Amino acid sequence: MTKVGYFYTDCLVPMVGNNPYATAEENSTELSINAEVYSLPSKKLVVLQIRSPFIKNKYRPFCETLLSWVKSSKCARVVLLSSSHAYQRDDEQLLGTPLRYLLTPDLEKAVGGRMKELNWKEMEKVAAYPGISDTDKVLHIPGGGITKLLFTESCSEGIQMAVLLKFCSEGDNIPDAFVLVNYLNEWLQLIKSESNNSTDPSSQWKIPSSWRLLFGNGLPPALF
Amino acid sequence: VVVAPSRAGLDEEEEAREETPEDREIRREIEKKREVDVLWTGSCAQQPLVCSRFIVAIGRNAAAFLSSFILDSVCWEVVGVVKLWNEWCRTSNTTNVLPTDSFCLFYRLISDPTVLLCQCSCYVAEDQQFQWLEKVFGSMQKKGLQVTILSTCPVADYKTQESTLTLVSPFLKALKTKEFQEPVCCPLLEQPNIVRDLPAAVLSYCQVWQIPAVLYQCYTDVIKLDTVTIEAFKPLLSSKVLKSLAKDASESTKVLKKFLTTSETHNNIYI
Repeated sequence: MTKVGYFYTDCLVPMVGNNPYATAEENSTELSINAEVYSLPSKKLVVLQIRSPFIKNKYRPFCETLLSWVKSSKCARVVLLSSSHAYQRDDEQLLGTPLRYLLTPDLEKAVGGRMKELNWKEMEKVAAYPGISDTDKVLHIPGGGITKLLFTESCSEGIQMAVLLKFCSEGDNIPDAFVLVNYLNEWLQLIKSESNNSTDPSSQWKIPSSWRLLFGNGLPPALF
Repeated sequence: VVVAPSRAGLDEEEEAREETPEDREIRREIEKKREVDVLWTGSCAQQPLVCSRFIVAIGRNAAAFLSSFILDSVCWEVVGVVKLWNEWCRTSNTTNVLPTDSFCLFYRLISDPTVLLCQCSCYVAEDQQFQWLEKVFGSMQKKGLQVTILSTCPVADYKTQESTLTLVSPFLKALKTKEFQEPVCCPLLEQPNIVRDLPAAVLSYCQVWQIPAVLYQCYTDVIKLDTVTIEAFKPLLSSKVLKSLAKDASESTKVLKKFLTTSETHNNIYI
């Protein structure tokens, strides 16, 4: 995918670095900023990657800007990749797959059936007042950041949005990223599975060079 | 239970709470108080400023480097000041500052008024950085502009295969925008290293608006004002932008010494 633009905003903490997807010396010195847009015309796909956290009290204006951009650039569908705290799952969510999906009413009509075919699990609503009343149920995505806000806004504004999320724990989230991208691929078939008997589906994905040194620097030699 | 800050960038409490009219009132008042004002004086009051070279030093050490190796009162005049208020510092609209004050001042080269320089030793908070950019760059003509940013950060933030203990600090690393074509004076910053705060904000702005810009980040193990860190920027004096601006070396050493004596005396109060 090629980089086609930036999401220039006052809502995100500024951050710069060199190309996170560098594959060789030549393309390693391309500057990257906190929110960038990539596109793949052959698949009619645009990706917005948000790389830094929100500035305090700025997440609401960010969501508004994001959704108005979605509308003005006439994106047919939006897929939001997200996560939720694994430690806040309820009893029901602890069982089975850690992957969940959500569809806005407008998208439900179009692809609801496909999700059933895939045997996917919809994100459960939880009791608003646990232990007191089990009838009032609300959508709760702890640790999901703006996921819930974007989803509820999209529902009321008639935007076709799907949320795909995984319950994650703190720590090395590289395996979670693979699981989530495979989940997405199962639905959209962005890349074809090279061989059906491949034991490790993640082998087809490339790890960006920026994922190195996740656990900090090398150890001081004097330690040994 | 210690709750880890959300990596989605939003904490639960913040998300759950609806804003009441009273909260909104308080937030508005705070926003007003935290507004950034850029005041241009004298010949610079007329906008837009035509600028060919804009050199920004962020942090005390970078600002001191400019003071000792570039700036003097003969060739440069003060043309502007940034007034801001936040939890760490407040700057006023006066251009008479002490080296120990927190300030953000703009200078102009008298012999070539298109050369602008900014010393920013004050803390610009996250929510103020965007305003700083819009207001400073908003008053400049972007055509023909080239930006150089100097900044420092702790060596502990540097990610490398090696141990930071074996790294020889201070050292310089550079980041540049797509449009910057000149050679850089030091190695480029490797992934997965990133730069944050105001230097990142300035560089992002330049990248988005296609302005040639370069950031020289000095990784150092001393946070306060320190000669070794200041001198780490010296290789930049050979760069195309700064070469013609560097002043006499003997003069520089004198200013540098004076700088440190001033700051030492100031710090001694607490010993």
